[in-house]
Amino acid sequence: MTAVIEVSDLHKHFGRVRALDGLDLTVNEGEIHGFLGPNGSGKTTTIRVLLGVLRATSGHAGLLGRDPWRDAVALHREIAYVPGDVTLWPSLTGGEIIDLLARMRGGIDEGRRAELIERFDFDPKKKARTYSKGNRQKVSLISALSSRARLLLLDEPSSGLDPLMERVFRECVIEARDRGVTVLLSSHILSEMEVLCEKVTIIRAGKTVESGTLESMRHLSRTSIKAELAGPPPDLSRIAGVEDVTVEGNTVYAQVDAGSLGELIRVLGDTGVRTLVSQPPTLEELFLRHYRVAA
Amino acid sequence: MTAVAVGANTTLTGTRGLLRLFVRRDRIVLPLWMLLLSVPLSTVYVASIESVSPTAADRAQLAATIMSSSAQRALYGNVYNDSIGAVGLWKAGLFHLLIGVAVILTVIRHTRAEEETGRAELLDSTAVGRYAGLTAALLLAFGASVATGLIGIACLLTTDAEPSGSVAFGLALAGSGLVFSSVAAVAAQLSTNARTARGIAFAVLGAAFALRAVGDASSGTLSWLSPLGWSLQVRPYAGDRWPVLLLHLCTTAALTTVAYLLLRRRDLGAGLIADRPGPATASPALSGPFGLAWRLHRGSLLAWTIGLCLYGGLVGNVVYGMGNQWGDNPTIREIINRLGGSTAIENSFLAIAFSILAVTAAAQGVSAALRLHQEEAAQRGEAVLTTAVGRIRWAASHLVLAITGSAVAILAAGVVAGLAYGVAAGAVATKLGTVMALAAIQLPAIWMLPAITVALFGLMPRFATVAWAVLIGFVALYLLGSIAGFPHWLLDLVPFTHTQRIPGEPFRLAPVAWLLLIDAALIAVALAAFRRRDLR
Repeated sequence: MTAVIEVSDLHKHFGRVRALDGLDLTVNEGEIHGFLGPNGSGKTTTIRVLLGVLRATSGHAGLLGRDPWRDAVALHREIAYVPGDVTLWPSLTGGEIIDLLARMRGGIDEGRRAELIERFDFDPKKKARTYSKGNRQKVSLISALSSRARLLLLDEPSSGLDPLMERVFRECVIEARDRGVTVLLSSHILSEMEVLCEKVTIIRAGKTVESGTLESMRHLSRTSIKAELAGPPPDLSRIAGVEDVTVEGNTVYAQVDAGSLGELIRVLGDTGVRTLVSQPPTLEELFLRHYRVAA
Repeated sequence: MTAVAVGANTTLTGTRGLLRLFVRRDRIVLPLWMLLLSVPLSTVYVASIESVSPTAADRAQLAATIMSSSAQRALYGNVYNDSIGAVGLWKAGLFHLLIGVAVILTVIRHTRAEEETGRAELLDSTAVGRYAGLTAALLLAFGASVATGLIGIACLLTTDAEPSGSVAFGLALAGSGLVFSSVAAVAAQLSTNARTARGIAFAVLGAAFALRAVGDASSGTLSWLSPLGWSLQVRPYAGDRWPVLLLHLCTTAALTTVAYLLLRRRDLGAGLIADRPGPATASPALSGPFGLAWRLHRGSLLAWTIGLCLYGGLVGNVVYGMGNQWGDNPTIREIINRLGGSTAIENSFLAIAFSILAVTAAAQGVSAALRLHQEEAAQRGEAVLTTAVGRIRWAASHLVLAITGSAVAILAAGVVAGLAYGVAAGAVATKLGTVMALAAIQLPAIWMLPAITVALFGLMPRFATVAWAVLIGFVALYLLGSIAGFPHWLLDLVPFTHTQRIPGEPFRLAPVAWLLLIDAALIAVALAAFRRRDLR
């Protein structure tokens, strides 16, 4: 698989502020890559460097094998970008802006445009000044998704969408992936990312703290166990890698490292298990773990 | 939160807090213009007349020369007698126009511009009443106008000018500020964007100036249709016609009432004109940055062009036969003959009229070039630049309209003025040619303003709007420099001083070439810098 986005040791300083401080990011062709981090951690700055809007202070940033600053115009024919806070020309209609942006990007798929307007339940005849935040977001999304871009850069694209539209958005992103489009999705909505993203990069204070598939990240993290046993629970805390043990009658709760899961099950099996619930860590837990450690 | 009572009290809640905020935001600019429009009255104007024309005979001669020149009377107004005050403060008649500019910018900045960026919504959702924003903005502008007038009076009272005339002048100056504050308050309610609101207010100010200029250059009737005319009709030091000030007060009260009525009827952020549905798809013309720029600029381009054409029409209408109005007064007849006869007077009037048009067209150029800055600040520039549109192409799309737009406006005004003049003189071809040449020769100096604007935009994007200050500085130097005895190199910095007054003086290529070269260099530097810098 070839890398569509290759960023290594990227630095961007604004005066004395280090917005990016050695960021790494690799996104392979055809994947939906989640880009996760708290407010002000540098997600938008990274995307703006990739768009050639900001010039990196140092480090390497490559996009489709080219330099995002020098080859900006050529690259932008292959890229569609949806910002988190869309501002539009107040005197133009939504439909006009969808067309204008797509044409300046190098073409629009008319069929898909019509279909998306229908699915997003969007009125393209209104002047942009009358649109709500969600509707402004739809203008940018419809224009990006109906373009012929190979790479979508989405910066918190679903903010302002209602739950129904949020679902349409997810379907559209998956369809784009199925067409072979690569997607970089920066988001705060962790459930959205869990559904959509095969891989995730988590950043903090301009640095990458973790990157990989959700599977592998979960593997590194603890699974929570709830077991109802036949008799009084044995002492689990002597097993290495088991923590947060609580006992309520014959029911036991615990957090366990992936490597100690087998051992735990064996010990529980000796007592006799009536019911067993095992939950892999959610992305939210992964996320919070990184930031709690930081704080 | 408990229920909030809806009533007269709550609609003004927070006015004081907002006023403090506005004063804080304007803590440098506001005192600056207040002092610039008051202190020089005594230190520059009266002081210079006392040294240049100390005796009543000197001043009488000066007054007669002024009154024989329609151009001078159109620009600054009439001189009504030979007192120190009347002759000394004659050129300060322009202060009424300048205070109008200052209060319009102040009021729009704190009302419609705030609302447009959404900051006002942020404030209004806190404990701020519906009328608080407008009230605070008006209090600020009214207060600054009155304070300017009072400081002016205080300064003038230290001179030998007659005290009651000084009070009259100061009050008239304050009155001009009051009227145009309320004009701006109404304009702010009419349009949904600050640019148009500012345009409407400036159009009113421009019309007031044109009516006063034409009125004072001819019979004087038209001057009474203009608030700027009233300010001069107070005639300080020459009768002190106090009742005229009632016109200022009544107009201010009426327009302020209209502004509040309009504000009550509309939603926050909305204008008076409702939005109708538009096309669901973009026309083929709207396919790239130039199509977009045309859509964004065409409305204001049309408005500026109409405004300049109206002024051109007025000028063209009155210019013919200007030198013959005092045919029966031998002294003035002699002065006119010494100046080169009626045609020479007409030419010099046209030259002054077109230098005013040039300043206006330059303002249009600044306004259009600042679109780049506004588009960037609102992230709409980024929306275009993240498509396959390069930075130079995007910048050029707006710059081309700033350059051609200002040219179209002044050339159209030239056509209108030339036709009106030519028809009156019975020589359309000659007069049209003369006036068109005069219009065209303004262009290199006009273009320097949009060029300076983009240079600021490219090099110091945070300070792009300083372009307005540059224009105002140029105008102030150009209009007031001669009397204040500024050093010559300072006046040379003003592009408009290098515009030749053809056909009164012979055409030389060098000044035109130099101006064009500097324009081109500024634009080249601007584009190179913009290509290298981060977007904001």
